[in-house]
Amino acid sequence: MKPFRRTLAGRLLADPQAAIAMLIIAALVLAAVFADLVAPYDYSAMNLADRFARPSADYWLGTDNLGRDTFSRLLQGGRIALYVALTAVSVSALIGLALGMIAGYGPRWLDNVLLFSFDTLRAYPTIILALALAALLPRGLSTVIIVVVITSFSEYGRVVRTQTLSLKHAEFILAERAMGAGFGRIVFHHLLPNVLGPFFILAAMNLPVVITIEAGMSFLGIGVPPGTPSWGATLKDGFDHIRTTPWIIIAGGLPLILVTLGFTFLGEALRDQLDPKLRRGR
Amino acid sequence: MTDTLTIERLSVRYDTDKGPLEALRDVSMNVPAGQIVGVVGESGCGKSTLISALLHLLPENGRVSHGAIRLEGDNIVGAPPRRLRDLRGRDMSVVFQDPMTSLNPVLSIGRQMRDIQYRDGGSRTEKDRRSAEMLGRVGLPDPDGKLSFYPHELSGGMRQRVAIAMAAMMQPKLLIADEPTTALDATLEVQIIELLQELQRELGCTILFISHHLGVIAELCERVVVMYAGETVEEGPVADVFLNPAHPYTRKLIECDPGRLKQRAETLPAIAGSLPDLTDRPKGCIFRDRCDFATDACADRPDRYFVDDTHWAACHHTDEVRK
Amino acid sequence: MLHYTLQRAALAVAIVFVAISALYMVMITLPGDPTSVLLGPRATPEIRAEFRAQMGLDDPVLMQLAQFWGRVLSGDLGTDYYRDRPVADAVMGALPHTVALVVGAIVWSATLGILLGAFSADNRNTWLDRVSGVLSVGFIAAPSFVVALYALLFFAVTLGWFPTIGAGEPGDLGSRLYHLALPSFAIGLAWVGYVARIVRASMLEALGENYIRTARAFGLPRRKVIYSYALRVAILPAVQVLGVGIGGMLSSAVFAEIVFSRPGIGSLIYDSVSGRNYPLVMGAMLVAIGFFVTCALVADLINAALDPRHRKLS
Repeated sequence: MKPFRRTLAGRLLADPQAAIAMLIIAALVLAAVFADLVAPYDYSAMNLADRFARPSADYWLGTDNLGRDTFSRLLQGGRIALYVALTAVSVSALIGLALGMIAGYGPRWLDNVLLFSFDTLRAYPTIILALALAALLPRGLSTVIIVVVITSFSEYGRVVRTQTLSLKHAEFILAERAMGAGFGRIVFHHLLPNVLGPFFILAAMNLPVVITIEAGMSFLGIGVPPGTPSWGATLKDGFDHIRTTPWIIIAGGLPLILVTLGFTFLGEALRDQLDPKLRRGR
Repeated sequence: MTDTLTIERLSVRYDTDKGPLEALRDVSMNVPAGQIVGVVGESGCGKSTLISALLHLLPENGRVSHGAIRLEGDNIVGAPPRRLRDLRGRDMSVVFQDPMTSLNPVLSIGRQMRDIQYRDGGSRTEKDRRSAEMLGRVGLPDPDGKLSFYPHELSGGMRQRVAIAMAAMMQPKLLIADEPTTALDATLEVQIIELLQELQRELGCTILFISHHLGVIAELCERVVVMYAGETVEEGPVADVFLNPAHPYTRKLIECDPGRLKQRAETLPAIAGSLPDLTDRPKGCIFRDRCDFATDACADRPDRYFVDDTHWAACHHTDEVRK
Repeated sequence: MLHYTLQRAALAVAIVFVAISALYMVMITLPGDPTSVLLGPRATPEIRAEFRAQMGLDDPVLMQLAQFWGRVLSGDLGTDYYRDRPVADAVMGALPHTVALVVGAIVWSATLGILLGAFSADNRNTWLDRVSGVLSVGFIAAPSFVVALYALLFFAVTLGWFPTIGAGEPGDLGSRLYHLALPSFAIGLAWVGYVARIVRASMLEALGENYIRTARAFGLPRRKVIYSYALRVAILPAVQVLGVGIGGMLSSAVFAEIVFSRPGIGSLIYDSVSGRNYPLVMGAMLVAIGFFVTCALVADLINAALDPRHRKLS
């Protein structure tokens, strides 16, 4: 057993930036899991007597135009953000992983076709594509996930392709092939483990991007169904009543900024630990 | 005759993760005015550090810990930054090893040559005229047209000519050439060496020529300094040093020079052993562990022994070596 | 250089063509009958059929696509049925507002980002460098629509320093710029961080290069070495990233246009989506994607022009 300090988690905790990042992410996960227990109110309960309430001991972050407790809604929003981020990132990352390895390992023409499709997909500005598709697809989290997958799997594809290409002609792989190793063995024993480092870094860096897209789409009214307390929807409520309930905008933006900050720091710390070659640049 | 450059017991230290590393220790040499002096040694012997120290361009973790560098008698170690910058490019200029990377890739030749004349007054046209004249002098065809070229549009040999033109243009007291031919093929090497000789005759500047190539040094230089593991081990007139070396290391170096092998050998001869650990220099003679002449006396670091007025070696056994 | 330009331009055209065709095919094949939206639920089947035939909605998909491109190439992006105006007019009327927004954002964020990055590299590992590093990450972490909302709340609603809605008086440059300030601030902020980080990293790399040692060995002033010799090489990757980043900025522009109630491509698409106004959505998408791909192409070519090595490679 390696001493804890030498393990990946141990080294991450020793880095103050990574420690702060993990603290924020842990808080998000806890809030999402225990939202119902922690929340002082039911997130959808309307209390018309306390509409537009300022932040107070009763309502920590005030209430909205329907008297719903902002704090409770934000806690519930964390759950949505996390769900969308994890689902969308896993789906697009897996698609990208498969296509990237095919592009890198497969025949030249297939590589060119895939590369061109990656380039084409990158030409869609995410939110604008989201708007266009929102005209066709039903409103809901699955639409958000579809949009994220369409616009982001090509990024994983590119990274994995580059990595695979560079390994394809590496001597240890050529040696394996010369000794008669099968396709499966080369892919699962040699390519995959070496591709995963940059792949996970990209995934960690992409989580906050996805959370932002979900919030953005919900803000535009093309994300979560009406009444769902996504952070974006909460911000939209605040925006609609900006002069009467400014606290909703302030409070609603903070979790987004914090979570983005957390995942960005974590992604960088991971990159530093997993890919020492890149450390020089910082 | 006065000396353009005198180095007295110069030591340079780097702070590294493993503790201080003494890259140069007690380096001494004289470079008489109007001569070409060679510095020879294997890679890792401290040649590059020496150049950086001369120009005061040591990396952040390096510093001159001891000794003096005198340019026409004037010690420049610890001189104020302002004076140091004035030295660079005007009193001393340098031609670096790799012509492919030592010119700025995104600026034209003309722009780079104009920029280094920033101290001189004069209009842009005047500076360009001077640049073109210098390019013509180093043998570039169509020098006026070349001003608008970017480095990548020239061949390696041409780029090195441009670099030499830049170094010579400021008419420095001392021109340092850092392995200027290593990156070039043999034909170009001869051309560049002839060019340096020609420039030296015409401009009368002093050249410090750094190389690991004994043949080039023998052909070009009047004097030679031999360095080993960051120390100067021998200095003297080229013919004297090469024909009758006084330091065991020099002798080994000459024996191992592929250029003078007369009959076919199974393997290239090499000096047995490896460079000492510079973070923990041995107390005695630096070459002791690899030396055939080593005795108990070598536990004390030898000082300079003069075999005649202009030729010395840092060895207790110079007489035996010269037998 | 010409060969390189043509090659890149051909690729860009191919990308726009495939991207738009794919989107168009999805639009016309997915369920969601535009006739019911346009004619209302009470339209009889006969009226619908007539309308479908008139719009060519019954033709094979590929023929519709060919007809679509035929119209587009002749400058006809279709008709906005709601307001009975050509889509091209609506889109071209909105485009300058979005371009102004994005260009404004690039200008201020690139300038500040390059300075911050160069300054950080020049003072590397000092507390100034660390502060600038933390600031950069902070800028990147703040989603642009949150920045837009905060900016609206603090600088427009609360302090009243800036206007809350609109794009300013037509023809009055001062008023236009005044209205542009907050939205382009919101879009650009993250890019200050991105650019600063890229420039810092590539600057540190450039400072280690041999030609920088040459410049210093010739006694060029330190400021000149850093801000002219090294920076000239170090901004190249930033130009490339900014070019590709236009896509992200167009997304941000949607929010900025909605938060500050500005006209533009983003708010045009936003308004047409809720009405399922397909021709307008397609037209605006075409222009947005075309603009983005053109910008990425231009950035690529600028890079090639600034870096003579690049030209030779192609």
